[in-house]
Amino acid sequence: MALIDTINPLLTTGWSKGDAGWSLKDYEARGGYVQLKRILASKMSQDEVIAEVKKSALRGRGGAGFPAGLKWSFMPKAAPEKYVVCNTDEGEPGTFKDRDLLRYDPHSTIEGMIIAAYAVGAKRGYNYIHGEIFDIYQRFEEALDQARAAGYLGERILGSDFSFDLFAHHGWGAYICGEETGLLESIEGKKGQPRYKPPFPANFGLYGKPTTINNTETFAAIPFIMGMGGEAYLNLGKPNNGGTKLFSVSGHVNRPGNYEVPMGTPFAKLLEMAGGMRGGRQLKAVIPGGSSAPVLPADVMMECTMDYDSIAKAGSMLGSGAVIVMDETVCMVKALERLSYFYFEESCGQCTPCREGSGWLYRVVHRIEHGLGRPEDLDLLNRVTDNMMGKTICALADAAAFPVRSFIKHFKSEFEYHIEHKKCLVDPEVQRAGSGFFGATSKAGAA
Amino acid sequence: MLSSEALRKIDREVAKYPADQRQSAVMAALVIAQDENGWLSKETIAAVADYLSMAPIAAYEVASFYNMYDMQPVGKYKLTVCTNLPCALSGGVHAADYVKEKLGIDFNETTPDGRFTLKEGECMGACGDAPVMLVNNKRMCSFMLPEQIDKLLAECK
Repeated sequence: MALIDTINPLLTTGWSKGDAGWSLKDYEARGGYVQLKRILASKMSQDEVIAEVKKSALRGRGGAGFPAGLKWSFMPKAAPEKYVVCNTDEGEPGTFKDRDLLRYDPHSTIEGMIIAAYAVGAKRGYNYIHGEIFDIYQRFEEALDQARAAGYLGERILGSDFSFDLFAHHGWGAYICGEETGLLESIEGKKGQPRYKPPFPANFGLYGKPTTINNTETFAAIPFIMGMGGEAYLNLGKPNNGGTKLFSVSGHVNRPGNYEVPMGTPFAKLLEMAGGMRGGRQLKAVIPGGSSAPVLPADVMMECTMDYDSIAKAGSMLGSGAVIVMDETVCMVKALERLSYFYFEESCGQCTPCREGSGWLYRVVHRIEHGLGRPEDLDLLNRVTDNMMGKTICALADAAAFPVRSFIKHFKSEFEYHIEHKKCLVDPEVQRAGSGFFGATSKAGAA
Repeated sequence: MLSSEALRKIDREVAKYPADQRQSAVMAALVIAQDENGWLSKETIAAVADYLSMAPIAAYEVASFYNMYDMQPVGKYKLTVCTNLPCALSGGVHAADYVKEKLGIDFNETTPDGRFTLKEGECMGACGDAPVMLVNNKRMCSFMLPEQIDKLLAECK
C-alpha cells in the first residue's frame, strides 16, 4: 500500500501518485538526478560528497544504524576495482519500507547509488532484491533501463570521466542474505552464509574487492541530503539521529502501513498517525525495530521517541524501523513461539550455537505454549541464549536470543502462568478474535 | 534439459556480472530452469551447473539453501501463506486455515488433482498488506480476506 501519512515528506515525496509516479520522467519532474548532474558538472571531489553525508548524521537504515558517511570513508582510495551494493533483501519480520521505496520511487535509490559510487570510486554496483517481491525486481530492472537510456548509467556518465553501471540481483528466499556478507556470498552464486569479520566489506567485499554496502533507504536519502545539504538534513531529526525515517507499522493498529516522520517523533504520535489501536483495545507491547529487536511493554514504549538513541535507552533497538504493535489479546508465549520458529527456520546452519540453539529455543517455547512446560524452562531458555549471543559469525544468533530474553523479562508472569496452569492467561477465543481477519476490505485493491 | 529460450534468458543474467564470474548467475538460472520444468530435479540442476561451468554440487548447494527452489514436484499452483507474527496479528493464520479448509490439505501437501500445493511462508516484506500470499513464488497477493481467497482459487484453473 502507498504511504498512509507523513509529517515531513522527503523520501516519500514521490509516493503521492502511487503506482503512476515511479518512472524516470516523474522523478526528473520532481527534481530527480539534479544532484548527480550538479556533482558531475561542478567536479565536486569525492571527499566533499562524503563530508556532506557525514554532516547529515545519516545512519544505516537497514538495522545496524552505522553512520553512512563514515562507512564510505573506509573505502581504500587506490583500489582499482570497487563495488557499491544495495541491500533490498528486506526480510526482517515487520519491515516493508524498501519494497515501497522501490515500488513508488526506484530512481531515488538509483541516484543515491550512483552518487555513492562516485564518492567511493566504484565502477559497478548491484541491488540485491528480496526474493518474494518479483514485481518490484522487474520494476527496478525497468527503472535501470530508463536510467541507462538517459545516460545516468554506463560509460562516461553525462559526458564526465565517471563511469558506473548498476544491475539487479534477485534473491530467492533466505533471511540470512540480509546480513551483508551473506548477501555478498549470495551475489557470488553461493549459499548465503555470512563471512568472518574482519575483514569488513570495505576491504574485502564482493569478489574480494572493496565494497560499500548500504540499505535501500540509506541510498534513497542521499539525493535529498545532497540537495538540502547535510546540516539541513540533520536538523530535520535530532543530534546524532539525522533526517526523517520510514516506519513500517504493523499489527494491531487501525491503519498498518509506512509512515515517514522526523527522527525523534514521539511513539505516541506515530501510533496516532497509524489510526490508534484496533477496536479501541489496550496496547500491550511493541517490538520497535523488527522482530530481532527486544520487545518493550506499553508503558515504556509510550515514553519513547522514534530515534536510535531513545529506543536504545529503553533497552531495545530502532533496527529497521519496523514497529510491530500488539494489543491485550496477544498471548506473549504464542507470539514468541512464532518468532522463535522463524529464527530456527532461517538459521543458515554454519555456527553450532545458532544452528542448535535456535532449535532449542523454539522447542522449549513450543512446549511451554502447548502446556508441557517445566518450572526450570525459563532459566533454561536464558542459559541457552547465554551460549548463543556473541558466539557466532553473524548476529542471527543474537537476533534469535533477544526476543526470548526480552519476552521473558517483561512478561515473565505470563510464561509462569503457562507453565503452572498448562494454558494461557488470555482465552484462546479472545486471542483468535483479536488477530482475526482485519476489516481491511476497503483497502483491498488500493494496493 | 534447458530450452534455447531458457539459455537465452540465462545469458542475459550472466551478462550482469564480470566475465570471470559466471557462477553469480546461478540463482537466476535455477529460477529460470524451475519456471520451465515446474521443479528442480538433480539432472536439471546439473544442467544449469554445466552451463555455468560450475561443479554440480555447488549448484545443488544453492538450490537446497534458498527456500523458494522446489526440489520436489509441486502442484500447478504453489500457494505460500505468510504466518509470521506481523501477518498473524492481522489474520495470516486465519487465511492459512481458510485455504486449508477450502482445499482439504495441510501445509506441505498437494491436492489429489495436482492443482495446488500449500506452503507456510516466512516474512515476505509486505506485513502492512496482511494477510499476504504468494502464487508460484512470483505473484504476491495482498489483503487476502476470504472473498479474495475464493477469487484467487477460482482463477487458478
